[in-house]
Amino acid sequence: MSTLLTAKKMIELTVDGQPVRVFDGSTILDACRQLEIETPTLCYGDTLTPVNVCRVCVVELEGARTLVPACSRKAEAGMVVHTDSERVRTSRRLVLELLGSSVDLSTAPEALAYIEEYDAKPDRFGADAARVEHEVKVDNDLYVRDYSKCILCYRCVEACGVDHQNTFAIAVAGRGFDAHISTELDVTLPESACVYCGNCIAVCPTGALMSKREYDMRQAGTWDESKQEVVTTVCAYCGVGCNLELHVQEGAIVNVTSPDDHDVTSGNLCIKGRFGYRFVESR
Amino acid sequence: MPDLKLLDTPPSNAERAAIDAVLGTPPETNGHRTARSDRASRHLLLPALRAAQRRVGWVSEGALGYASRRLSVPPAEAYGVATFYALLSLEEQPADVTHACTDLSCALKGATVGVGEHPSPCLGLCERAPAKYRTVAGETPFEEQLPADSPPLPQREGLRLLRRIADGVDPTSLDAYVAAGGFEALAQARELGPDAVIEQVTESKLLGRGGAAFPTGVKWRAVREQAEETRYVVCNADESEPGTFKDRVLMESDPFALVEALTIAGFATGAQKGYAYIRAEYPLAHERVQNAIDASAAQLDGFKIELRIGAGAYVCGEETALFQSIEGKRGEPRNKPPFPVEVGLFGKPTAVNNVETLFNVLEVLRIGGAEYAQTGTEGSAGTRLFCLSGCVERPGLYELPFGATLRELLELAGAGAVKAVLLGGAAGAFVGPDLLDLKLTHEDTRAAGVTLGSGVVIVYDDEAELVPALLRIAEFFRDESCGQCVPCRVGTVRQEEALKRLAAGRPHDGELHTLGEVAQVMRDASICGLGQTAANAVESAIANLKVFS
Repeated sequence: MSTLLTAKKMIELTVDGQPVRVFDGSTILDACRQLEIETPTLCYGDTLTPVNVCRVCVVELEGARTLVPACSRKAEAGMVVHTDSERVRTSRRLVLELLGSSVDLSTAPEALAYIEEYDAKPDRFGADAARVEHEVKVDNDLYVRDYSKCILCYRCVEACGVDHQNTFAIAVAGRGFDAHISTELDVTLPESACVYCGNCIAVCPTGALMSKREYDMRQAGTWDESKQEVVTTVCAYCGVGCNLELHVQEGAIVNVTSPDDHDVTSGNLCIKGRFGYRFVESR
Repeated sequence: MPDLKLLDTPPSNAERAAIDAVLGTPPETNGHRTARSDRASRHLLLPALRAAQRRVGWVSEGALGYASRRLSVPPAEAYGVATFYALLSLEEQPADVTHACTDLSCALKGATVGVGEHPSPCLGLCERAPAKYRTVAGETPFEEQLPADSPPLPQREGLRLLRRIADGVDPTSLDAYVAAGGFEALAQARELGPDAVIEQVTESKLLGRGGAAFPTGVKWRAVREQAEETRYVVCNADESEPGTFKDRVLMESDPFALVEALTIAGFATGAQKGYAYIRAEYPLAHERVQNAIDASAAQLDGFKIELRIGAGAYVCGEETALFQSIEGKRGEPRNKPPFPVEVGLFGKPTAVNNVETLFNVLEVLRIGGAEYAQTGTEGSAGTRLFCLSGCVERPGLYELPFGATLRELLELAGAGAVKAVLLGGAAGAFVGPDLLDLKLTHEDTRAAGVTLGSGVVIVYDDEAELVPALLRIAEFFRDESCGQCVPCRVGTVRQEEALKRLAAGRPHDGELHTLGEVAQVMRDASICGLGQTAANAVESAIANLKVFS
């Protein structure tokens, strides 16, 4: 049967007392967004399969024993959802406190904004609270991995795997608090299957993955987003037509991204598009 | 699957042979490509890694690389899987390794960790605590439980599920099982037909015995009614809840019953295949169940049962983590819904049942669902197995109709002056002496805010210390969290830190409030039951026993 003949069913649910109609198959997050109800997300990416691991998007669903993740729970007709109850706010705040107390969020603007919004106090667990600590990995010229900033959102693993790149250079290793993103046997990126597309950097929400240039500039204290402008162009390397966003600071390209909603790239690039800009700088 | 960059180090001949013994001789290739037939075999990753470790004592780079290559699994993913399971070692270690249980029941019996031994979570040998588990790698690898001798059942009267065990029916003999009435229930099921079997099970009001107490008939009906015709039944024998050993006793001493009951489950739900997933630490159960599967082939009428063995991960007792593990992945629980009856093992409708639940199905068919429902109470039909350990004179497995009181059970087992009882294991709750007249039913325990869980009853007498038990429980959940979701991954660490401060008499300001909030986020926002219950015992001890106040 042709899918054209099966018009998508609409279903109605209630979020924070407001009725909302969404397509069957939508998530509670979709319904929240339709109602312009702000819902925090960290592991969710618009171009990635939801893994619902950060749990910051949880909402209260009447009839459910526990809170449910808005990002992946499918909306059902008649659902009654509360996004701003005391129970929801407490869990969101605690998730942020647990993350903030264990991970370096200094380059994670979204997480920092949520911490402020939810009045989270990550230092409540004391100075002796265990933290995720890893040496910064600088093993190639293109990007840097600082897993002490990693909240284990799985986005890089998904981008490297079946969602985008199908390279499978990295996966989650270890268990519990020791779980971390790793290549096989923790080999360096040059020894791994990595193809340096940098699509993991593009989806990383915390700056745990960062281009070498950004990392070096931050180390030198010269990284300044207030002085950066974004110039949109089309990649000149091949005929695919990827949109590039050149982040330019003081006349120099400091980063290259592509918009998530671009129908050619969905935010992805290859090594050339993302890193092959230095020829521009040769005079 | 794209071309993969593979690890360069080759396996040793011994490792290659051990892995080939699991995966079959490698097909002829041009030297680079894996045969297509192997690419769908990712589910054999854990058996392959286990085989390599049993041969040489650890999972070397060569073995990891060879297993990855044979199965077309990206090495990074294979590494992620290997590092997930506590019993797989990515570092070279001696061929002979002993794991000494330091968990609740063994701690009460003076557990010690010898030089060179590995401390271990509960080994499911609580009735003979303190216990150890030894693995010996080599050409003829073996594992053993210590002490090796299983004590006889402490109870002789009124047994149903344990009847054959009490009668001493030879657990290795098909003939003995048949002579004791074995396979009559399967014959009867075939006569009734699948729908009538499910009706009987529904009428019996049988509730799952793994801890969640879900109605078995409802589960089977839901699988049977799926449009998808490829379906599975899985026996969850990953019994790892601290203090639980009932399923081990059943599998070691009455393994044919498991095979018969799982076949009935397959017949009723329309499944083509059954899996029995047994935790690694139960070597005798592996041997006995495999023997029963092999010896029963003629009885099963083509129904296939495959034994799968874990590798040290409590979380794999969570049903969706168990699927992930069978599929050759990290044992990370999936979000539910969709539930296993719709999307289960290999994405297909699946009925997962605990060992004890399946044993009850045989009883349902033997006496009929209506008759079965007469035993026990209105809300809890049948009998229940209780795992008694800790400060009792006669530890072991007891079977009582639902509705017996905790006091009656403790008298049977010979408990003295009781300070506290842990019901339901680490995920359960502590009760004080004030609750000794609690009826052991689902409805009564629920009303009291506790749980029967997997039937754990660990007794703490007047002399026993509770704070070390709380610290051990906190350590257990911190170790066993899969690490996937934030509330559990970090919450279990913060819980342990707070308890250590409280135990040392150096709490932070508002420590109990913080502990309560951590408990709330774990219960409310964790993905699976592990995180959702990780604070139960601690909270109950604080509330019911006034520990720390």
